[in-house]
Parts: sequence; C-alpha cells; structure tokens
Amino acid sequence: MQEHILSWITFLPLIGMAAILCVPRTNTGLIKAISLAATGIPFVLATWLYFDLFDKSSANLQFVQRLDWITSLGAYYYVGVDGLSLALVWLTTLLLFIAVPASFGIEKSQKSYYALLMLLEVGIIGVFVALDYFLFYVYWEVMLLPMYFLIGIWGGPRREYAAIKFFLYTLAGSVLMLVAIVALRLQAGTFSIPELMALAQSGAMDGSKLPGGGELLGMGFQTWVFWFLFVGFAIKVPVFPFHTWLPDAHVQAPTPISVILAGILLKLGGYGMLRACFPIVPDAFRANTYVLGILGVISIVYGAYVALGQSDFKRMVAYSSVSHMGYVLLGMAALTEWGMTGAALQMFNHGTSAAVLFLVVGVIYDRAHHRDLNGFGGISQVMPKYWALTTWGFFAALGLPTQAGFVSEAMTLLGAYQSADTRFQALVVISLIGIVLTAAFLLWAMQRVFLGTLNAKYKDYGDMNAREVFCQAPFLALCLILGVFPWLLTDWMAPTIKLVVGTLSKSA
Amino acid sequence: MLQFDPAIDFKLLLAVPLIPLFGYAIQIFFGKYLPRKGDWLLLTGMFVAMCITLYMAAKAISAGYAGEEFRHNSLDHGWGFRWLYSDRGSEAGSGNIVAGIFYDGLGAGMLAVVGVVSFFVHLFSVGYMHGDRRYHIFFANISLFTFAMLGLVLSDNLLFLFIFWELMGLMSYLLIGHFSHDPNSPRIKFAASACKKAFLTTRVGDTCLFMGMAILYYKFETLRFTELWELVRVTVEQNGGEYPGWLTAAGLLCLGGTIGKSAQFPLHIWLPDAMEGPTPVSAMIHAATMVAAGVFLTGRLYPVFSPEVLEVAAIAGGVTALFAATIGTTINDIKGVLAYSTISQLGFMVAAVGVGGVVPGMFHMLTHAFFKACLFLCAGSVIHGCHHEQDMRKMGGLRKFMPITFVCMLLSTIAIAGIPLFSGFYSKDQIIAAAFERNMLLPSSTATFVSIALPAAALLTAFYMFRLIFMTFFGTYRGGQAEHHVSLAAAGHAHVGHAHDEHGGGHGHAHGGHGHGGHGHGGHDHAHGGHGNDHSGHGHDHDHGHGGHAHTPHESPLPITLALMVLAFLGVFGGHFWPATPTDPLAHHGTWFQKVVSHDSLYGEKVARFVEARQHHALGPQAVPHDPEHIEHAKHAAHGKAVVVSLSVAGAGILLAALMYLWGKIRPEKVVGVIHPLYELVAHKYYWDEIVNLLVIKPTMALANSLKWIDEKLVDGFVLLVGFTQRAFAFFWAWFDRTIVDGLVNFVGLVSQSLGAITRLVQTGRIQQYAAFAMGGGLLAAAWLILS
Repeated sequence: MQEHILSWITFLPLIGMAAILCVPRTNTGLIKAISLAATGIPFVLATWLYFDLFDKSSANLQFVQRLDWITSLGAYYYVGVDGLSLALVWLTTLLLFIAVPASFGIEKSQKSYYALLMLLEVGIIGVFVALDYFLFYVYWEVMLLPMYFLIGIWGGPRREYAAIKFFLYTLAGSVLMLVAIVALRLQAGTFSIPELMALAQSGAMDGSKLPGGGELLGMGFQTWVFWFLFVGFAIKVPVFPFHTWLPDAHVQAPTPISVILAGILLKLGGYGMLRACFPIVPDAFRANTYVLGILGVISIVYGAYVALGQSDFKRMVAYSSVSHMGYVLLGMAALTEWGMTGAALQMFNHGTSAAVLFLVVGVIYDRAHHRDLNGFGGISQVMPKYWALTTWGFFAALGLPTQAGFVSEAMTLLGAYQSADTRFQALVVISLIGIVLTAAFLLWAMQRVFLGTLNAKYKDYGDMNAREVFCQAPFLALCLILGVFPWLLTDWMAPTIKLVVGTLSKSA
Repeated sequence: MLQFDPAIDFKLLLAVPLIPLFGYAIQIFFGKYLPRKGDWLLLTGMFVAMCITLYMAAKAISAGYAGEEFRHNSLDHGWGFRWLYSDRGSEAGSGNIVAGIFYDGLGAGMLAVVGVVSFFVHLFSVGYMHGDRRYHIFFANISLFTFAMLGLVLSDNLLFLFIFWELMGLMSYLLIGHFSHDPNSPRIKFAASACKKAFLTTRVGDTCLFMGMAILYYKFETLRFTELWELVRVTVEQNGGEYPGWLTAAGLLCLGGTIGKSAQFPLHIWLPDAMEGPTPVSAMIHAATMVAAGVFLTGRLYPVFSPEVLEVAAIAGGVTALFAATIGTTINDIKGVLAYSTISQLGFMVAAVGVGGVVPGMFHMLTHAFFKACLFLCAGSVIHGCHHEQDMRKMGGLRKFMPITFVCMLLSTIAIAGIPLFSGFYSKDQIIAAAFERNMLLPSSTATFVSIALPAAALLTAFYMFRLIFMTFFGTYRGGQAEHHVSLAAAGHAHVGHAHDEHGGGHGHAHGGHGHGGHGHGGHDHAHGGHGNDHSGHGHDHDHGHGGHAHTPHESPLPITLALMVLAFLGVFGGHFWPATPTDPLAHHGTWFQKVVSHDSLYGEKVARFVEARQHHALGPQAVPHDPEHIEHAKHAAHGKAVVVSLSVAGAGILLAALMYLWGKIRPEKVVGVIHPLYELVAHKYYWDEIVNLLVIKPTMALANSLKWIDEKLVDGFVLLVGFTQRAFAFFWAWFDRTIVDGLVNFVGLVSQSLGAITRLVQTGRIQQYAAFAMGGGLLAAAWLILS
C-alpha cells in the first residue's frame, strides 16, 4: 500500500463516488456518511504521508509510480510527489473533507452533489500528483466538469451565466495549453514532465524538430510555448487581466464550492506554472520574469483597490483572492529561494485564509440571504462567537504577524527585494500599497457588518452552530500554527525549492 | 550578589511574556465560566510577571552601578527560537531567522516599566471595568497586549520586534474598539471607526518599517540588532565616513514605523481617536506600550540612522511636540488633553533621539510611562467618580470629593510639567540640554528649531496640565445641577473635544427620561458609599443614572486608588530617587538611568565610539573632530542653560494657568477673542483630520470605485465583448449555414431533384416505350458508327 499511496489518495474518492451512485437518492444520511469516509480516509493517508512516509531531506520525487497507459500516444500513468506538491495534496484532502460537512445545508439533489464533489477531488489531487503531461491535462479537464455542474446547478440566481463563464474561460486556457503540450510532445518525444525538464536543462527545447523551427505567430518555440502555457495557468490563478470569471463564479457558487475554488483550485494555476511551465521552457521564463513580476504586482494592488470598492461581501473576498494570489506570481518571478518559498507558502496559506473568509460569508448569507456589506451592522452583539472567528480570519488574511499569511507575504516581498533583477525592488515598494489596502477593506467590512449599532432586523440571529465552528476551526488553527512554526511547511519544501531555483536560474 | 545567571534568568525572562500569553489563552476560552470572570487569574499572573521584571531590573541596575557590562543574548547560551526552518537539515538553514532574548540595561528598564504599569492597569481595571458586558474579553485582550509589548522589548532582532509590534496593532484595534460591541455605549459608532483608524494609520507606518527591514536584510543578511550595529559601523567606515544612500533610505523607512506607532506628525491622527477605548486601555497605549514601542525602536536602531535620518527625526519630533502642545491648550475633554499631551511628549522623545540624545530620550520614555499612566488612570478615576462625565467644564472642585485622586494627579502633573525633584524634570531637562548641546557644537537650523520648539512645548505642557488641574479639582463643582443635563445633551456636539469622550453624549441620554429637578443629593451614598465592587451598574453600563446620586462626584474604590498611589509614587521618584542622595537633588551626578544606560552599555564600546563620532560629525577623513575639551565645555554649558530654561518655562506655564483658571485674573474668553482665527485653527487641530480625509481617504476611495467600474465595465466588458462577438459570429455562421451552406445543399438537392423530375418523365415503366428508346438508341449508335 505504501508505494501506491498516491493512487489510493487519488482514487478513493472515485470509489466513494461509485458507492454514492449506488445509494438511493432518498437515503441522504448514507450519502453523507460515504462522502465523509471517502474524503476522510484520503486525508488521513495524506497526513500519514506528510509526517511519516515522506523523506523531507530529499529534493527528489517520491512515491513514484509509472505504468503504461496509452502506449500509442506515449502517455503513462506517471505520478509522484515532491516538496512542492505534497503540502498542496494534503491541503486538498483537508479542504474536501471539510467541504462535506460544510455542504450539509444543501438540500437540492444531494446524491449528484456529493458524487460530483468526489469527482472534483479526484481531478484536483490528480493534477497535483501527475508527472505525465497527458495525464496532467486529463485531470485538468476532469476537474473542470464537476465544477461546472456544482456552480451551474447548486449556485445562486445567476448560476448558469457564472458556470458557463467559468467553464469557457478555463477551457480557452486549456486549449492553449493543449497546443503547447502537443508541440512539446513533438519536440521532445515524451509527455514525461521530469524528462521534459531534463531536456530543457540540456538545451534541447529549441523547436528544432518542428517544421519551421517551431515558430508560431513570429515567436520562437520556447516563447510561444511559454505564453500559451502561462496564459492557461494564469487564468486559473487568476492573474490580472484574466480574473473576471472569478468574482462571478464565487458569488454564484454555494459556500463549500467557493471554499474549494478559492482554497485549492486557484493554487492549481500557480502550481502548474511551477511544475509544468517554467522549468520546461526556462529560457523564455527567464526572459519574461519582469513582466510576470509586473503582472503579479498589478494583481496585488488592483485586486485590493477593486475589493475596497465592493459592496458585496463575497465579491470583496473574491477580489482579495486576486490580490493575494498576486504574491505567488511575484515571488516566483523574483527567482530567489525566499521568493519561491514565499510563493509556495502563499499558495498554501491563502488556501486556509481564503477558506475561512468564504465560510465567514457563508455563515451570514445563510441567515440573512443577502451579502450587502451596507445592509448589516452590529452583528457582533448577537453573534459574538462569529465575530471572534471572523476577526481572527480577517487578521489572518491581512497578514498579521503570527498568522501564516504574514510569513508568506513577508518572505515573498523580502525574496523579491533580493532578486538579481533590481527592478523588482520597485515592484516590492508598489506592492506595499496592497498591504495597507487589504487591511483597509477588511477592517471597513468588519466595521460595517459587525460593529456599531445593531441593525434591528438581525437582533434574533443565533450564533454560529457547532458545525459552522467545526468547519472554520481547522483553517484558523492552521493559520496560527503555520504563522508561529512556519518550518512545518518550509522544512519539507526547502530541498525542492533549492533545486527548482537552481535549475531555473541556470541557463542551458 | 545580584549577578545575571544565564542558566536561570533567561527562563525567568521567557516566563515574563509567556505568563500573560497563557493567561490570555485560558481567559479567552474559559474566562466566562471562572469566578469573577477570571480577573484574579490574570491579576495574579501579572503580579508574578511584574515581580520577575523588577528582580531582573535590579540585576541590571546593580550591574550598572558596579560599572559592569550588562548585555545578554540568550543565543550566546544556546537558547533560540528557530522560526522559518527547524534545525534539522543544514541545507535548509540558509536565511533562517533564529530569535533570541536580548536583555540589556534599556531592555531591563523598559521591561520593568511595562511590567509595573501593566499590573497596575490590570488592577485598576478590576474596579473601573466592573459590570462591563465583555469584562472577561477585556481582561484577555489587555493581557495579550501586555504579552506583545513584553515580547517586543525582549526581541533580539528586528523581525521579531516587528512581529510583536504588529501584534500590538491588533490588540490596540480590539481594545480601542471595546465599546463598539456595547449596545449601551453611546459612543459605539465612534469606537467602531476609531479602532479601524488606529490600525490603518499605524499600518502605514508599519509598512514603511517593513520596507526598511527588507532593505537592511537585503544588504546585511541579518536582522539581529547587535550584528546590524556592527555592520553599519563597518559599512560607514569603509564608505569614508558617509552613510550610503540606501542606508539612509532604510533608516528613514524605519523611522516611518516610529512615526506611525508613536503618533508623530503627520500620522498622529489615530491617537486622539484612540480615546474611544476604555480609560485603562488609554493608559496602556499611551504610557507603557504601543506608543513607547516606536520610541524604543529608535533606541534599538539609533546606530543605523544616518545624520539625515536623525535630522528628520529631530524635525518631526520638534514639530509634533510643539503643535500637539498647542492643541492641548484648547481641549475641554479631560482625556483629550492627555491624548495630545502624550503626542507632545512623544515628540520630545523622538526629537531627543534626533539631536543625538538617545539616552535622555529613552529615559523620558520610562519616566513618562509612570506619570502618564498615573494621569490617565486619575482621569479615569475622575470620569468614574463623575459618572462618566469627561468634559472639564462640568467638573471643578473635585479635590474635596476625591482627595486621593487629586493628590495623585497633582503629583503626576508636577512631574510632567518638569519641576525638580519630580521624575519628569530629570528626563525633560536632559532632552532640552541635549538639544542645546547640539546647537552649540554643530549649529544648524534644525538644532536651533528644536532648541526653541522644545522649551516652548514644555511651557505649553505646564500650562495645559495645570489648566486641567485647576479646571477639574479647583473652584466649585459645576456638574450635577439640573440644567447641566440640558447643556450636556447639547455638549456632545458643541465642545471641541467631543470626539474623545466615551460617554458624554450618553450621559444626557441616560438621564433623559428622568425628572431631575426633584432629586436632591440624597442618593449620594447609595451604591457608591461602600466603594466596593458590589454596586452593579457601575463600570460601564450607562443606564445607572437614576436621578439623584449622579449629581455628586465620589472617590473611586480601592483597586483604583491603590493603582493611582503606586504609580504616582513612581511618577515622583521613578526618575531619580533623591531621598537616597539628598545632596544631589538635581542629579548632577546622574540618575539611575544614566548609570545603567549609556552609549557604551547600549551598543557596546566600538559602536558607541562610532555613534559619538557621528554625533560630532567626526566620521570620515575630511571631518574636523571637536576638541574633547570643547565638547565637555559645551556639555556643561548646555546643562546649565537647560536647567534655567526648563525651570523658567515650567514656572511660566503654571503661572499662566493659575492666572487664567485659578485666580481668574485673565479671562480665557478674552484671550480667545483676541487670537480668534488662531484659536479656531488650533481648536480644530489644524484641520489635519480634514486634510487627510481630503488628500488621502477620498482619493483612495475614488480610485477604488473607479477601478471597480473599470473592472466591471472594461476588463470584464472586454471578456463579455469577446463572448458577444463570438456569439454574434456564431449567429452569423448559423445564418450563413442555414441560408448559404444549407441553401447550397438544398440547391444541389433542388437541382438533382429537378433533374430527377425531368428524367423521371422517361421512367414510365412501359415496356414498349423502353423498347422504343432502346431501338432508337441502337439506331443512333449504328448511324454514328457508320458515319464516322
């Protein structure tokens, strides 16, 4: 079992899905129980993998499994984890496990809902463990489908619009990716990501095996492959200006789906860049780091400004995600160990803090059925527990020291400042505006929703129930624990990050 | 006897911040269920912590008197907290941050002050916050606040200092906003916006500090103070005695942190609003924690600051000291006066560092902590005693009703005014002396400005503080008359300092439903007579104004007065315990602080020489160092002058206050009339809040809203446009498909159909006809063959 643990983690939810489909739709209790088990066991396995099985002193891929799959294409079932993916796999299993109880409030066609949720987990974990580009792409698309239905069926009033927008936008990116993947296959003769990386190191990624030297639209082989892959992933992150699907999808999605969307789906973009884009076309990446840095900073500052202008609670949180994910891009582009570590941490830490924020919005939306920030007031008087957890979540999100967000933001910025490209120093200074603005929009929202005179409409509201507390508590605890002991992540990441930064900054 | 023992003492030092931290953790979860809501738990904990800080400070002081070096870092003894990476795997260790406990004379003094003030604030809160609906949360928060400050003092590196620094921002947010959850508080809305304002304003400074830290880390790859000092020294010396530009930039950014946290101009705006917090919180923020952290930082980073940075500090401090003092003279809210007084005194400290007087600056930080804590708690006692009245115009004659509070407040006022034998004199006098000395040795417009601004501010300090004393405790009691309620209801908007009173408006409100006229003072004793904590509805519920008893002020209960007395004692003797050396009341041979803290003890000998050389512009080959004798002479002259000046300004200020507010020889209204436009300007705090609103907040919001519009209409609009054009395109092709492509197909079909129809004509099915066709065809073929 140990050597196949990644496959177990990936496919247990699929078994769960099959089981759910066998249960009559009226037996919702059993469906929920199966869902809990099918997400809980992978979580336990992932925890075991993280703390016990994984050798964190090694930068190599571990628990590798390589089986023939579609031999005619040269595609393999090829999976493995290293310091970059491990933490995200663990976070995925946690998030999906929490998403199940967080969904208990949903009444509409529960059977299909939980079945799709299981399928979603398969797709997400698959992307994180896949080492074969074809497999990677298949998982990438698998994940899209349940998400489309989860938003489109269980979402808010404009769910169909949001779902189609999300689907088409991501699909547009996928098409670009597919073109690039095919070109890579033609050039390198393999779908294996580690092999592609090795070839890139030896300077073989030059398009020589493609007609016309692999040029497209007047761009050299590496350049266009880089941009095609980058845009495909940037849509997912999302990086300005590819972000506008996000607020719509978030606002319409049901709370648990928003949590998954912000908590883990966005990380696929950043992870994809780091795993399957930058190291494969490193020359093009190096040539464009500054552009990426600028895009990152625009996301940070622009996202924060737009969030400040929102009056819809959930839209505000959605834009805060745009802002926070900008750090990931900035940190990666800086090409320093601290910057890269900061980016990897930020992916994880935003996963926890964004999850809390969306859960927070969900709590009040379930009661008030609206999200207008100006329509509340004084909620803390009737829901003190809710206020306390929200305050914790907000301060974690705005990067208060002792919370995990601070570690990743600080490391990203310090790392970006150390970049060999001194133009990044200016970017760091500009991104500081985002830090102040983030505090501004969160605290302003806090004031409008929680503080001051109680809006009489809400005077009978009950405080958070145990289930709601249970959903937020693990993420808040993670924010604190990883803020005080960041080495619980960095120790595992450090060797891989060192390797990645080393290979990326070394020209072939 | 009192030797520092690394084996035990670091553990004790670690316990100091951990005690309130654990107290917080217990209190936040279980406080509600504990007897007395857990206040005794935190109080006991703080008492233990205070005892440790005092014991440890005694070691520092005895080492200082013995002339021994007293600088300890727990890392030298293998004690450290590994932050980013655990120590496993040396690979990962690059760029790790390892935090240790740094304990020196300054840290010892600060730690003890924080310990003492915090404990007495806790004690005071037992009486003052009694009956509050979030009593246990208040205690939890104030404990965590203490933890953050204690941690900050003990940090050996800038990053950890920053972590605790920000944590304090959070706690100030929660504590200033304490009443924003209280439906009974009339100031609920103001509290809600004041806490946000405090956090955001200081965060602007914090962000600067972070940036400065980034530069320092980038260049030096360490953030440990001791290493930073040494590296700065080496860098500057290698650079020919000049600070490189990036170091100046880093210094300026770090100073920005101080300007935010220590409420210096132009980021001072949060502090007066912070008065929305309960009074014990004000005492915490304005005395031992938060604002002191900013000044403490300048002490830690003093060698890092280039002369240009110090110049900026001197100007910022001088401007702040003077302008806040002018505002202080116009305010009628008792806490508002103290708030501006704090800003002004912080200006003294920052200016002191700016002119090279880091030791006096730090000294003033400590003495100020005692007397300002006492002043705030006295003000709290007055407010408590006057049933949540904060307007001094409604007070008067209180010395008869609350003698303990009066004496304590008077002693602290004398201390802050700078009268010899009281602590404030020793530190303030040294600051003014440092400014004079600077101006003598290196005359510059900045030094001249500071030399004028600080004494002027000192004069105003003495004036407005004694104005406060005379208005509050002397004359006759002006509150409690029936008509007072009428005026009070209006006063919420009328009086200048209205943004600062927690309960002013609500007082009138609470009484609104009662007929006051019929009530005498008969209710005086009820509920307050015992001075115990048994009277419900005291503390902060505002509906306790049941007519009669509200009319007479009363002395506060024991937890409150005890805290006042101890702090007043320290406010008097905390600077220089002259009864021990009665022959030297002016401390010509130095106070305890100078024995314990000097450039050498702060930064080590090498860096101390460097700092002193920088002070006299003697760095680099081209500099002409002053003759040491000349320096000595200037020092002596400056001190002589400073004593005379401080004494005269203090005396003049008190005299003026007495003429106006005690003896009534000069009528304040007349003065206001004469300088009316100026008075308006000052009374509106130089319109700085309005300016910030106009120049910062409004443009930010406008930008946010326009970016929101751009995002929805343009960025998303573009996406929608693409979608729309695609759909239009699709519709076009659908039409094309339907009409043209399909039309073509249909046309082909039509053609073949027509052809079929024509050919069908021959398909008749009759054999004879087919035979005829075959025959005709055969004949035609034969003819063609024959003819060709």
